[in-house]
Amino acid sequence: MISASRRRMVVLYVVMASLLITLGGRLWYIQVMNGASYVKLASANQTRNIVVPAVRGQILDDVGQAMVTNRTALVVSVDMMTLSQRPDGGVSVLRRLASLLDTPYPLLQKKVRLCSPTVTQPCWAGSPYQPIPVDQSVSAQVALQIMEEQSQFPGVTAQTQGVVDYPSPGGADPAQVLGYLQPATTQELKADHLPSAVGYSTADLVGQSGLEEQYNTALTGKTGTNTVSVNAAGDVTGTVGGTPAQSGDDLVTSINSTIQADAQQALTTAISKARASGNDANQGAAVVMTTTGRVVAMASYPDYDPSVWTNGISQSQFNALFGAQDGAPAINYATQGQYAPGSTWKVTSTAAAVADGYPLDGSYDCPASVNIGGHNYINDGEPNLGAMSFSEALIQSCDTVYYNLGYEMWQRDNPGANVVTSPKAPVQKMQQMALHWGFGQPTGVDLPDESTGTVPTREWLYYYWKDNAYTGQDWCKYGKADGSYVQQIEYQDCQDGNVWEPGQAAIAAIGQGYDLVTPLQLTNAYVALADGGTLYQPRIGEALVSPTGKQVQQINPPVAGHLPVSPNTLAYIRNALAGVVTQGTAAGAFSGFPLNQVCVAGKTGTAEVMGKVATSVFASFAPCGNPQYVVVVMIPDSGYGADASAPAVRQIWDGIYGLEGHKAAVPGGRVPASLPQIASTGQITAPKGYSG
Amino acid sequence: MGRPGASYDRIGGVQRGYGGPGPRAGAFRTRPRSLLTRVTSRDSFLRHLDWALIAAVLALSILGVLLVWSATEPSLAASGASTRTYLDKQAIYVVFGLVLMIGVSLVDYRQLRVYAPVIYGLAVVGLLVVLTPLGSSVNGAKGWIDLPAGFQIEPSEYAKIAIILMTAMLFSELREGASGPDAERRGPRLRDVGIVIACGLPLVALVIIEPALGISMVLAVELAGLILLSGIRLRWVISLAVAAAAAVTAVLSLHLLKGYQLTRLTSFLHPSSNAAGAGYNEIQAKIAIGSGGMFGEGLFHGQSVSGSYVPAQSTDFIFTVAGQELGFVGAVVIVALLGVVVVRALRIATRADDQFGMLVAAGIAIWFLFQSFVNIGMTVGIMPITGLPLPFISYGGSAIFADMIAIGILLSVHRKHPVFE
Repeated sequence: MISASRRRMVVLYVVMASLLITLGGRLWYIQVMNGASYVKLASANQTRNIVVPAVRGQILDDVGQAMVTNRTALVVSVDMMTLSQRPDGGVSVLRRLASLLDTPYPLLQKKVRLCSPTVTQPCWAGSPYQPIPVDQSVSAQVALQIMEEQSQFPGVTAQTQGVVDYPSPGGADPAQVLGYLQPATTQELKADHLPSAVGYSTADLVGQSGLEEQYNTALTGKTGTNTVSVNAAGDVTGTVGGTPAQSGDDLVTSINSTIQADAQQALTTAISKARASGNDANQGAAVVMTTTGRVVAMASYPDYDPSVWTNGISQSQFNALFGAQDGAPAINYATQGQYAPGSTWKVTSTAAAVADGYPLDGSYDCPASVNIGGHNYINDGEPNLGAMSFSEALIQSCDTVYYNLGYEMWQRDNPGANVVTSPKAPVQKMQQMALHWGFGQPTGVDLPDESTGTVPTREWLYYYWKDNAYTGQDWCKYGKADGSYVQQIEYQDCQDGNVWEPGQAAIAAIGQGYDLVTPLQLTNAYVALADGGTLYQPRIGEALVSPTGKQVQQINPPVAGHLPVSPNTLAYIRNALAGVVTQGTAAGAFSGFPLNQVCVAGKTGTAEVMGKVATSVFASFAPCGNPQYVVVVMIPDSGYGADASAPAVRQIWDGIYGLEGHKAAVPGGRVPASLPQIASTGQITAPKGYSG
Repeated sequence: MGRPGASYDRIGGVQRGYGGPGPRAGAFRTRPRSLLTRVTSRDSFLRHLDWALIAAVLALSILGVLLVWSATEPSLAASGASTRTYLDKQAIYVVFGLVLMIGVSLVDYRQLRVYAPVIYGLAVVGLLVVLTPLGSSVNGAKGWIDLPAGFQIEPSEYAKIAIILMTAMLFSELREGASGPDAERRGPRLRDVGIVIACGLPLVALVIIEPALGISMVLAVELAGLILLSGIRLRWVISLAVAAAAAVTAVLSLHLLKGYQLTRLTSFLHPSSNAAGAGYNEIQAKIAIGSGGMFGEGLFHGQSVSGSYVPAQSTDFIFTVAGQELGFVGAVVIVALLGVVVVRALRIATRADDQFGMLVAAGIAIWFLFQSFVNIGMTVGIMPITGLPLPFISYGGSAIFADMIAIGILLSVHRKHPVFE
């Protein structure tokens, strides 16, 4: 052999040995030294965590009928903003998706176009910037395939979404009370973001108003995870483990669907009638509470169908829900509407006067008009009715009696503090009484975003003037001494808006001027009047019950305080209000009402609003001797309390007790004292004696 | 070796003889030779086989059949087909390959020297045919010819043999034709090397056209190795190396490589940068092998296998199955068995009784060494990913047949080794 060949043969042996040792060493490094880390990589490779959404709890009425039910489904959505940027406009992606979803391509194509006056269903009515749901319930396999093969399906997502249903038992649709679910905001997500999970994102629904928001945590439950093994193609090959989702608790409320439906009906009828007689009435509220602080019905007009929120809301739908021209049906006017209470306020003024030393059995003049601070204040055009008792003043709703009381108390009540220069100025006695009745502050009901109403204390006046004289409404800029009526007032307010004037004190005594209340505040105050002086924080929720039927939390209306009014005085006022219905301002509205079966007491209110028709108010309780319920209706822009609201209240009483041809909503006029029973199977049984 | 008589005693056994104290000195008896004595006699065919080489090849082939079974079982089960489909096919390939091996080993390797131009010609024709419509492609490489009854032939696998035989033949023919003093001891002249390269390059080029980058690399390495071993002067070696480097630079700078080829060749340097694309195979292969640990997850229990994370796991990436299911121990056993094959081939080359035998055996050793190193190296992330099967183990008929024919040639070279040296 050639010697060079022989030498090079030796080199070949050396090369071979070094290559084999390299392989062995590399294998040792990968398998033995770093084996553990590769084992971890391998298991991460081969498993996926899927968020198992908890089924959201239901919201039930007082006999266990569902008002909101929830289920979850895997929803496939297409983001057309992403697809339209692809070279072929996303056609190939849609074709692939169509075959994956087993949908004809033309149908899918129609589902993702935008609706317009010329393009009708199937089409997408929502915003083009929103992902468009194209399949509401796909299998987990299909969903995983879409999420794993994002290069094949850019802009397509498959996520678990809650699907909400509103069975609307008995026609009850307390949409604003129930609230709605919308996708979690980015901020909300950050709190419990799960980065590695498939199917958890901004598509998760969160309660954004009403009971859904208030009880969101309990209703949501706890999401679980499902760890599945997947192969390289992303196909699920088996389940490895995970934690089960915990369904949310059911919320049992004290809403009675029948009474709720009656209240909605009565409110709608009253507003239709008011509009038919030429008034602008376009909103209003009716509230029914027990004298134990529970809300039985809460109707807000205009109402809407809450299912509009599911599957994305279009801009026009959103505008319709919140826009003023449609009456903003998303607003709960029972807790967010603020109206002058009118003469229903006189119960607090009476209590304030008595507390200030005016004898309960005294005699008070009711002239045709009184002159206070250079202005003439009339008694709604009535002639001089002479001297009368408080009872008579309430029954006839004599304004001049209360003008005088307000003026006289103003004269004695810290007159040196009436030019308000500090928020610490003492609260006037008349307004202090109103605060004790729960006005001017949120009632604390279990609903979010409650309005406070207004009680014009000196502190309030200070800030009102401070916030609007040179900023805010900027009276001093827009006001003109010789301008329009509004400009004259603004000019005047700029000059002395921080002065607690006798005229304001006088009209505040009859529930006008600065006085503003929410319908719920008024109802709650009358509950305190009717129950002997206990002021509650109203509650809609009665209990939270776990899906297995275990009661998680009993919800009782907390006591917010006690009226600083003697039982004697309260009884006197209640007695007077019974007379309002038999012989007073509401006698006409209740003519023919079977008071011998159920004695109803109440107070009308007709609050004059500058430039508008009066706000019609009726606040009532029954039975007179042993009040069980308080019913309040407030309708702005509709006229006298006796004309618009009182008939609506009468209709609600008819429904509760089964009078005048109505079927009783609850047997014997009593709402259930016990909760509906929820079995571990989810079967719901109405309380004994009630039907669900 | 001892005296012939002594061996007769050992084999025949004393007890079967006369019962006496043993044969007397000088006694000579003829006995009919049994089959056993014949096959074990010094001039027996079987005694001239390299049993260590055969044992290593058999062990590798059996491991290969098992690993192919394990690699294909989950996906076959998922598709509802018989889980033994590939097991059966690979077993048939191995058995048929062993028959080919024995058949080739019976041929005098010097006959191969005569037929080398024919074999070379067939390889060229085969590689040309795959480029015609008769050829069919797998994974982008047009490297197969469809035969009746669903069989396929991959000429490039046989080209590995053809280039070895042709090169070895040329070197020995050209040297025998050389004259002058010391011609026997001198290496080939530069002109000879030029002829060798001129004959070898068409095969390499045709395989590149397919394109089967891995196999063309094997052919080029075989060619280069044989040129080195031919005894060519060292300064020419250096010149050739410079020329090769220049050629590689030209290939890169003139973009003669297809984009996917360049990506695959370079992605092993930074696999995570392209985890879903070209780096995917390598990352998944490393994960599969690494997670095997010391003793593996057990045959048929590999997670990556059942999840089909590693592509081409029964063919080019079959070593990942070994690494994951048999662990470091199993992987090293395979490396060692391949090492045995190469060592025996080099030993046969060293002891070959002519230049042709030496070059053929050494060429086969280079082939198996390079191909095994590249194949295993790409699964553990130290070599670029190219489409090369692991000898004797990867699924595939043509590859197994070519491997077995090469072993048969080695055995033939070994058999012709003079008994007395």
